Amino acid sequence: MLKVSKHKPKTITGLVLLTLLLTSSRLLPAQEIQVIKFDQLHQIITDKNAPIRVINFWATWCAPCVKELPQFEDLLDKYKNSPTEVILVSMDFVQNLDSKVKKFAEKKNLKSKLYLLDETDYNSFIDRIDPSWSGAIPATLIVDARNEKRTFLEKEFKEGELEKAYLDFIQ
Amino acid sequence: MKKSIFIRSAATAFLCFVLFNYTLANTPKAEGYKVGDQAISFQLKNVDGKMVSPADYQSAKGFIVVFTCNTCPYSKLYESRIEALNQKYASKGYPVLAINSNDMTKQPGDSFEEMVKTSNAGEYSFPYLYDESQEIATAYGATKTPHVYVLEKNKKNLQVKYIGAIDNNARDEKSATDKYVENAVDALLANKPVSTTSTKAIGCTIKWKEA
Repeated sequence: MLKVSKHKPKTITGLVLLTLLLTSSRLLPAQEIQVIKFDQLHQIITDKNAPIRVINFWATWCAPCVKELPQFEDLLDKYKNSPTEVILVSMDFVQNLDSKVKKFAEKKNLKSKLYLLDETDYNSFIDRIDPSWSGAIPATLIVDARNEKRTFLEKEFKEGELEKAYLDFIQ
Repeated sequence: MKKSIFIRSAATAFLCFVLFNYTLANTPKAEGYKVGDQAISFQLKNVDGKMVSPADYQSAKGFIVVFTCNTCPYSKLYESRIEALNQKYASKGYPVLAINSNDMTKQPGDSFEEMVKTSNAGEYSFPYLYDESQEIATAYGATKTPHVYVLEKNKKNLQVKYIGAIDNNARDEKSATDKYVENAVDALLANKPVSTTSTKAIGCTIKWKEA
C-alpha cells in the first residue's frame, strides 16, 4: 500500500511532464534568443521608430541579475498596453546559449525579448552603451530614441525600484 | 538663547552625520581614482593570517592590485592569468596584491575561510587580502571583479598608472590580442608612458554591505 502511494504520484507526474514536454515543444515554441553583435544592439538602442525600451544587461551566472529579473517581467506585464518594450540582453558566453541561457529562459518562462550579446572585446563597446558604465552587471538602460532621452543605471534594483525608475523616466 | 544655539548646532551636527552616512551607504563606488591620482596605501589580512601592506615591499617599483573574489565566474576565468602576472612581474618589481572586498553576508562564498581554500587550491604565489570593511574598494572606486589598478611607487606615494581589465578576452586567454596589464607594466619598467591607461570589461559587481 505504502509502496503504491509512494510511486503512483511520481509516475503520474512523470507522465504529465513527458506529455507537457512533447506537446509544448510543438505548440509553444520556446522563447527565442537571438544572438547579436554590438552593431545590432546599437541599432536596437538607437531605433527612432521604437517605443520606450527598458534594456537590462544580465547573465545566468550573475546572482543579483537573476534576483531582479522578475521585476522586468512584472514591468512588461504591467505596462503591456503602453508603448514600452522590455529587453533582456544576456552577457553569457555564446557557447552557453543552449546549456544555460535557453534552459534558464524556459525554466523561468521569460516573456521579455531576449538577446545574447556575442562580443568578447568588452572595452570596444561598453562606453558606447553608456560612458558611465564600469562594466559591472546588472545594469539597465532606459531609452526613448524618439527624443534621444536615456537613463543608465549600474545597480541592482531592490523590490519596486525598477518600476520607480521607469515611472521617473516616462514623466 | 544659549540653549537654542546648542540645540541648533546639535541638530546640524546630527543632520550632517545622517547625510554623511546616507552618502556613504548609497554611493559605495563614489568617485574612486582616475589614472594619475595618488592611491592610498593599505594594510589588510592575508590568507595566512598576517597583515600585508605595500609598505612591506621595500624593493618594489610598483604593484598590480587586483580586486577579485572566489565566486565570480570572471575571477575564476582570470585566476591563472593573475597567477601568471605575479610569476612574471613580482621578480621585476611589480608583485600582484589581490584583494577580496565582497560582503560575505551577501556572498557567503567570499568569506575569509573560503579565500583561504581558494588560495590554497589555486596555489597562489601572491597575497590574497581581505578588505572586510570595503574601505579600500571604496577608496579606489573598484566596482567589479576582476578590476585591476597598476600602481607605480614614487618614493612613498603610489600613483595610479592603469585601471581596468587584464586583457581583452575573458573567455579565452589564447584569443586575447591586447594584454592591457602586461603592456602597462612593461611600459613602466621601460620608463615609457603607458599607452592604454584605462579599459572596461564586464564583471561581477562588488557585493556591497547593506546600510
